[in-house]
Amino acid sequence: MSSVLYDTPGPRARRRNLLLTVVFSVLFALLLWWAWQKMDEKGQFTSALWKPFTESEAWTTYLLPGLANTLKAAALAMVIALPLGAVFGIARLSDHRWVRGVSGTVVEFFRAIPVLLLMLFANEFYSRSTNVGSEDRPLYAVVTGLVLYNAAVLAEVVRAGILSLPKGQTEAAYAIGLRKGQTMSSILLPQAVTAMLPAIVSQLVVIVKDTALGGVMIGFTELLNSRGTLAANYANVIPSFIVVAVMFIVLNFILTSFASWLERRLRRSKRSTGAVLGVEKVDELNAAEVGGGFGSGASA
Amino acid sequence: MTVKLTALSAVGSLVWGTLLAAMRVSPVPLLRGFGTVYVNVVRNIPLTVIILFSSLGLADIFGATMGTGDFKVQGFRLAVLGLVAYTAAFVCEAVRSGINTVPMGQAEAARAIGLSFSQTLTLVVLPQAFRAVIGPLANVLIALTKNTTVAAAIGVAEAAYLMKTMIENEAQTLLIGAIFAFGFVVLTLPTGLLLGRLGKRLAVKR
Repeated sequence: MSSVLYDTPGPRARRRNLLLTVVFSVLFALLLWWAWQKMDEKGQFTSALWKPFTESEAWTTYLLPGLANTLKAAALAMVIALPLGAVFGIARLSDHRWVRGVSGTVVEFFRAIPVLLLMLFANEFYSRSTNVGSEDRPLYAVVTGLVLYNAAVLAEVVRAGILSLPKGQTEAAYAIGLRKGQTMSSILLPQAVTAMLPAIVSQLVVIVKDTALGGVMIGFTELLNSRGTLAANYANVIPSFIVVAVMFIVLNFILTSFASWLERRLRRSKRSTGAVLGVEKVDELNAAEVGGGFGSGASA
Repeated sequence: MTVKLTALSAVGSLVWGTLLAAMRVSPVPLLRGFGTVYVNVVRNIPLTVIILFSSLGLADIFGATMGTGDFKVQGFRLAVLGLVAYTAAFVCEAVRSGINTVPMGQAEAARAIGLSFSQTLTLVVLPQAFRAVIGPLANVLIALTKNTTVAAAIGVAEAAYLMKTMIENEAQTLLIGAIFAFGFVVLTLPTGLLLGRLGKRLAVKR
């Protein structure tokens, strides 16, 4: 293991590294010990608090339905947001200025607003202006908020995917006499979609994380919300947090690993002509650089 | 309140994130491991979970009162803590990718003139890396501005919390929603533009 940033450690550096390791572990152990002590003081390690997780009841009544709702909202949001995003992404590349302008404004607007505001607004809107039952309303509101925001982000992903293709592809398509629509649907999109797949999967991680917002603020019974009910029943705040956090980590870690595996695989097989949009691209797009043309390298 | 929350968390996460990035490239394997695990764990937990945990878990169980008895001030400080812990992971990734953009020759030259690891990092690599990552860092900052709304979950009176209470009490849902939305556009738009321009101006010419 060598890096350009430092020389291969000699005897003195190795001793210093060892010292640092020891100091760091001692500090870290002290922190852990302090946390342990505090938790022990409050009786967080009594088996009664952890026992629910070894029985099926806690899982079948609280955690699994919560997880199912989280996944349901995330899947619904993804399925609805993807075509919407594709439409807006393509509209932003339109030759007509007003189509470009309108879709650009819509996309940038929704990227600049926090998802939480969108959810709160949708929740209130449904309760006032429609007759969606109060049972379904949280799910509707969460999905609406997620769709509005993620459609905007996915539109940017689609646009970046299409722009990443070499210009020769379009020119060749025009040269053999394809129309604009044909060029888009049979030449550009198929290539762009493969390039975008990793970015889309990583966007799914963001969606899964954002469903948790709905749980706290508008009472959508997803994983985090079920944790509250569970903790209220068994009075185990810390254990339930740890279990839920681990569930989120495992779920998202699987998705992230899948995304990077996909990215590596696509990079290896050079079937498409465009660059592959990776995991880092998504972090960049989620920040809504309104009007600023940096980072994405493709300002309209 | 949103602005105050953003500013404090931004400073905190910048410091902690840079430290984490330094850990991840450091010669000490344990620190490297800690940095990697921290980033991977924190990035995969929803911010809501972290914020709620800092309120319910840290305050109630560990008795972290953050040096104040006032419940509101405590909530605010805990929210800052949660936001710093979460955003630092993203700052760390941005800075690390910035370190990767600095040409190898720079670090090699620094080592060749006998600088130690910390000197190489602080005098040669990081100053160049920071200029390269102003764009990505601006994105993190904008994301942070939007993420502060999550603090409403523990009752910090920032924009989302105000909007929720207002929207429930007043009749003009659409108008209130539009005003708050516009407020966020106003907050994030100049940040993006300003830092984007700054990033271009400060970029290391190669």
